[in-house]
Amino acid sequence: MNLLETRALTASYGQFRALFGVDFRIEPGEVVAIIGSNGAGKTTLLRSITGILRQTPDMVIHRGEAIGAMAPDRIMQRGISMVPEGRMLFPSLSVDENLRIGAQARRGAGRWVLETVFDLFPILLERRNSPATALSGGQQQMVAIGRALMSNPELLLCDEISLGLAPVVIRDIYAALPLIRESGAAMVVVEQDIARALSIADRVYCLMEGRVTLEGRATDVTREAIHAAYFGTQEKVQP
Amino acid sequence: MIWVETVIQGLLLGGLYALFAAGLSLVFGIMRLVNLAHGDLIVASAFLILMVVEFSGLNPFMSALIAAPVLFGFGYVLQRVVLNRVLGNDILPPLLVTFGLSVALQNGMLELFSADSRRLPAGGLENQSLNIGLATVGTLPLMTLASAVIAIFLLNRLLYATALGRAFRATSDDPVTASLMGIDPKRIFALATGLAMVVVTLAALYLGMRSNFDPSIGPARLIYAFQAVIVGGLGSLWGTLAGGPIIGVAQTLGAQINPEWQILSGHLAFLIVLILRPRGLFPRARD
Amino acid sequence: MQAHVTTRTRASTIAAFAAIALILIGFALPAFASRVMIQDMFFILTMLMLAQLWNLIAGYGGMVSVGQQAFVGIGAYAMFGGVLIWGWDPVAAIILGGFAALALSVPMAFFAFRLHGAYFAIGTWVVAEVTRLLVAQWRALGGGTGTSLPRHVTANIWGVDWVADLFDVRQAAARDILAYWLALALCILTIGAIYWLLRSRTGLALAAVRDNDEAARSVGVDARRVKWMVFLAAGFMTGLVGALIYMQTARISPDAAFSVTTWTAYVIFIVVIGGIGRLEGPILGVLVFWGLQSAFADYGSWYLFALGVIAIVVMIFAPRGLWGLVADRTGLALFPVQRRLILPER
Repeated sequence: MNLLETRALTASYGQFRALFGVDFRIEPGEVVAIIGSNGAGKTTLLRSITGILRQTPDMVIHRGEAIGAMAPDRIMQRGISMVPEGRMLFPSLSVDENLRIGAQARRGAGRWVLETVFDLFPILLERRNSPATALSGGQQQMVAIGRALMSNPELLLCDEISLGLAPVVIRDIYAALPLIRESGAAMVVVEQDIARALSIADRVYCLMEGRVTLEGRATDVTREAIHAAYFGTQEKVQP
Repeated sequence: MIWVETVIQGLLLGGLYALFAAGLSLVFGIMRLVNLAHGDLIVASAFLILMVVEFSGLNPFMSALIAAPVLFGFGYVLQRVVLNRVLGNDILPPLLVTFGLSVALQNGMLELFSADSRRLPAGGLENQSLNIGLATVGTLPLMTLASAVIAIFLLNRLLYATALGRAFRATSDDPVTASLMGIDPKRIFALATGLAMVVVTLAALYLGMRSNFDPSIGPARLIYAFQAVIVGGLGSLWGTLAGGPIIGVAQTLGAQINPEWQILSGHLAFLIVLILRPRGLFPRARD
Repeated sequence: MQAHVTTRTRASTIAAFAAIALILIGFALPAFASRVMIQDMFFILTMLMLAQLWNLIAGYGGMVSVGQQAFVGIGAYAMFGGVLIWGWDPVAAIILGGFAALALSVPMAFFAFRLHGAYFAIGTWVVAEVTRLLVAQWRALGGGTGTSLPRHVTANIWGVDWVADLFDVRQAAARDILAYWLALALCILTIGAIYWLLRSRTGLALAAVRDNDEAARSVGVDARRVKWMVFLAAGFMTGLVGALIYMQTARISPDAAFSVTTWTAYVIFIVVIGGIGRLEGPILGVLVFWGLQSAFADYGSWYLFALGVIAIVVMIFAPRGLWGLVADRTGLALFPVQRRLILPER
């Protein structure tokens, strides 16, 4: 059974339609990449899944239950955790507190506790008492990922985690993702960096102008198919 | 010597103002909401305590203990049902709603309790005094100041050393991201207002025992509370604890010169601070 | 025909003609209306002006003042001062009231502009309280208990005799008529001036400042200057209205003239219930307010209680007021300030 799926998901901001009938699914333990250019609807898709954008209930199904109209806090308590775009750390809280607040709605025991997050990102242990926003961009991204892990999610949504970071920092952060995967969490990785996304994903979706233009196994899709789906130079490609 | 005593009386009066202000400061710090009905809620709480005293025959302290959970519940519901609906980027709606609440409360109390001045029976406590060397001070004013210090200390502990306080601060920073952490911002705001009402109960207890009150005095208490918050620095509870006594001392010093100048000199002290330190004396580093 | 930008709508054109007709009827009203009706109209017009002025600074300028009673009070007291101390005619002294309020609005703006949002609101309130307490020390004008305009003054106000002869009424009634005419003229002036301001470049700047202070600054709007200008202008006008109101009542006290309930709370309710941020709102609001007051004022405090509750309910369920509901249903705009692009027909 799918862990989570969206069925004919539509979304709009006022007059502007951001998603047109998106069907998306992810299985337990799977890593799915969502690629697409700016404004393709990637973030809107995540906002709909996490409940920040309320939908009609059956547009989003989690473990067979319609959750499209649920509030974000209740969706999070079901084990769906988000690393938001722009990191969105709490400036009034220290690094330590930012991580702890991720465990506010923790469900039972699991691999991720403060110590294992510090093992994953050792630099955070040194900075644990600093105000979160005093850290460098890469370190802040680590806090954001750690914060999302602290609730031991079964689905982790990562929105543009490489955005605005130096390549060497991106490499460090991406090095942590396989370790997170080992802990059993399914992951949705939203990226503009296609190669980066494909390197860790089982499957890939490409969005363009609010529609899915490509869906397939990461190992099967060709460069040309992705290029077409990303830039819309051809008709929809069926890999 | 008279001046030393005047200053001490002012400090003690300031304890009461700090109590008025603590609830306001807490709510502002968490949801950037200024409740214009704050003063009227203090008066309404004093009336509730008085009702408990009259029905149960208990002393005001015990009665306040009974009133506190009721007022917590009232604050929770008020926030959930009314104030949460108008919170947002536009500051006008919450302002106008709490202003409406203020007028409704004042006039509702006027109908229910009449315009007569009332007082909580403190059982002779109001006449007791202590000699602290420099001056003889009333026991009740001293208890007020001590309660203010304790209340603000506890609020600070709650904010900075508990999971709930962490959730308060996170929600204050960014309610949307807080909801991604499994926190329901509306519930957090409701808890904060409930908590503020518990502090209001404490303020009402001392207000009612120390002086007469009637339905019309709320707005003036709001102004004192507000001045204490601004003078102390927005969002800083310790600042609020300092701000109350500054207004208190200004008032007693003014009254010492001319009894008609008590309130006026409090206002003037506030305006002077506003000129010299627009962000208050102890502003929070980030706002 | 070229494309052009206009604010005119068909409804606004009709409204303009209706307004001219209403104004003519308004000036002729004393010929056939009772004294009570003239007094009611005076009340409606003065409250409408206060509401429009508060709407200008709060609804359009985003400056939520709870200290407008300072301008009403100082305007009224300056008028009394002009009459009782310097022997001016009350009508001339109204102008003095306006300038006194203007003078007060400078320090008030100086203090209050250091505060934002709700703290701005209470800051203005504190300045109003300070003004009240200082005025209560002014022994020449009765200190805390207040004073009245003596009979020989009220009987000899410019034009009263003429009005009394014209309508064959007694002097007291003639004074009411005179006050009513002044209120009507001042009201037309106020609404006209606000409407003109909102349609001017300054009006656009004001809207920009309200919506986003910093963004407005970044496109070259001098936010501070615009705010100062509007705040001072509203203070001046509010002072004129205050002086006019107390010329009519001829009796003053600090508590009444600086009453936050009468001159600010009621005014805010009028604007909120009618619809904030639009010129039509206060007009509808003042009529509703007057209707409610006529019908329920006997219930005293319960009436005010209900008024508070109504304001809360309106703010939650119809945040743009009753006129907002009307405008949403019908698209009606009597005083359009929105610029619309009209394309040439092909």
